[in-house]
Amino acid sequence: MSTQTSFVTPATSLRAYAATADLAMAPPAPRTAGDRARHAAASKDLRSEPGPIRFIIIALAVSFLTIFVVLPLVVVFASAFSKGIGAYLAALAEPEALSAIKLTLLVAAISVSLNLVFGVVAAWAIAKFDFPGKTFLITLIDLPFSVSPVISGLVFVLLFGAQGYWGAWLQANDIHILFAVPGIALATIFVTFPFVARSLIPLMQEQGTQEEEAAISLGASGLQTFFRVTLPNIKWGLLYGVLLCNARAMGEFGAVSVVSGHIRGETNTMPLLVEILYNEYQFVASFAIASLLAMLALITLVVKTVLEQRLDEAQIPKDDPSDH
Amino acid sequence: MTIEVKNIVKKFGSFAALDNVDLKVGKGELLALLGPSGSGKTTLLRIIAGLDWPDAGEVTIDGEDALGHGASERHVGFVFQHYALFRHMTVFENVAFGLRVQPRAVRKDEATIRARVKELLDLVQLDWLANRYPSQLSGGQRQRIALARALAIEPRILLLDEPFGALDAKVRKELRQWLRSLHSEIHVTSIFVTHDQEEALEVANRVVVMDKGRIEQIGTPGDVYDNPATAFVHGFIGESIVLPVEVAGGAVHLGGRPLNIAAEGVAAGASKLFVRRHDMQIGPAGTGSLEGAVRHVRSFGPIQRAEVALTDGEGKTVIEIDAPRDRELQAGEIIGLQPRRYRIFAAQE
Repeated sequence: MSTQTSFVTPATSLRAYAATADLAMAPPAPRTAGDRARHAAASKDLRSEPGPIRFIIIALAVSFLTIFVVLPLVVVFASAFSKGIGAYLAALAEPEALSAIKLTLLVAAISVSLNLVFGVVAAWAIAKFDFPGKTFLITLIDLPFSVSPVISGLVFVLLFGAQGYWGAWLQANDIHILFAVPGIALATIFVTFPFVARSLIPLMQEQGTQEEEAAISLGASGLQTFFRVTLPNIKWGLLYGVLLCNARAMGEFGAVSVVSGHIRGETNTMPLLVEILYNEYQFVASFAIASLLAMLALITLVVKTVLEQRLDEAQIPKDDPSDH
Repeated sequence: MTIEVKNIVKKFGSFAALDNVDLKVGKGELLALLGPSGSGKTTLLRIIAGLDWPDAGEVTIDGEDALGHGASERHVGFVFQHYALFRHMTVFENVAFGLRVQPRAVRKDEATIRARVKELLDLVQLDWLANRYPSQLSGGQRQRIALARALAIEPRILLLDEPFGALDAKVRKELRQWLRSLHSEIHVTSIFVTHDQEEALEVANRVVVMDKGRIEQIGTPGDVYDNPATAFVHGFIGESIVLPVEVAGGAVHLGGRPLNIAAEGVAAGASKLFVRRHDMQIGPAGTGSLEGAVRHVRSFGPIQRAEVALTDGEGKTVIEIDAPRDRELQAGEIIGLQPRRYRIFAAQE
């Protein structure tokens, strides 16, 4: 976690949040010296509070979490199964639902794999080289996080729409971007771009370039260096970024809603279908799809926790103070 | 293998890291680049390795132009200060790396690679660590593995960047002797960078003293210690007493009073007198051309170190001298001092 302090992004604040939640509920075994110190400080502070106050603070945190996080999650599943498991499965087997699931998976696959490549390249450039405009590039990478998703979608309407800059040309050449898969994929790529780059930059900056230099001086080519040295060193951070990127890609609503056109059975992703079905009072169907997204979220959380442990292990300081 | 560096210039922005550096390294030498941080020694080493590129100048290895080739083609072993071992590979795989990434046409078969790695691990006496990961090793062990890894490619030359800089004093001493004996065993032309004069004088055949991107002096350890070429070298290597003096008419004056020493051809004007701590002759008050009051005496080993306030008018100049134990010094005692050996350098602006 220490490596991510220089950036405050949703990804890092999520990690920080997870860390505080850990501390409040069940302190995990401290892993690093820093963790130990922080942990010791935290538990000392806790003990210095009188018992009742401690109880009230914990109770407040737990009830807040219950009301705002656990309860909604329970409601999703309760509503999905309110007419029995048969109705639930039937709702998922609807052609519209199946098409939405397929489209979501397709868009996630496209945007995650492209962002994997872009993210690694951007992080590599930022972490390993110095060049003019580097700060600007870092800011630019954050842009999708700071812009409202609806605006992100609107940008593509302005570019590719019938009245947009390239609209006439696209129409003349019969290329469909807006209200089709390419538009949805583009909007998703834009919105999810920062995740991979952001999770890699601090890690790669910390690791420096020495191992790469060592590999090159031993005769390795650029590709050999990347696949044998760089990639193994960043793999957990990369997986972490891909995981968050995937979760957001599947769950994205705003930007996709603007560019999708809501063509039933064609351009509706799962989040869009949830809204449509809900507006049509098909609660079971709506919550059945929503339950899939909720499960994705739960799985993401579990995998994320595992990855964070691996990441912490991968960041063992290079200089062991106990040299002998 | 010989290395020749000609007129190398390297600038970082407006800062000249290397300012017209020339250097020749002979076959089988063990050369030290010695200097304070920022003197350009590491930059020079990285340029020879191909990890950095000069703005101007030439580098030839064995008479062959090196700057036309990248680091991966130069066949140069490089050992990093912080080891730079591949943290996700075992010790064995670290050492084998250079053999495994060779082009298929020349790559050895697995059995040959294994035998070679075993041989190298034996050489650095760490064969029992083959299956460990770098994070499980001590600093000294890591540095020896880094050296074995660099030697695996049978480098034409071996470059070591502050190889013992990250280690504690005791391990550093052991590794120094070990490096020297290793060098006499394998005889590969080697350059190592250090800011530690003791390390340079103890390990190297020749020492290159650098400051501010220039070479101040090249010589054997004895040379640079006994016959420093510049004021910087005298001040940097060994402990020196430095006194501001005035040269006029072949005589040397301190605070207006003449010292009984020759100017040795130094031009008239403000100058600096350098004397080694142990080169101050101590006598009773009134003898010698300097006089001072002993303020403090510490005795350890064969010497006693005394802090002496010179009576040079204002009494503000305090020097430290080393005296043998057979001449007991007392705090408060007034003593006469005479430089036995000394050097005078014109003061730099």
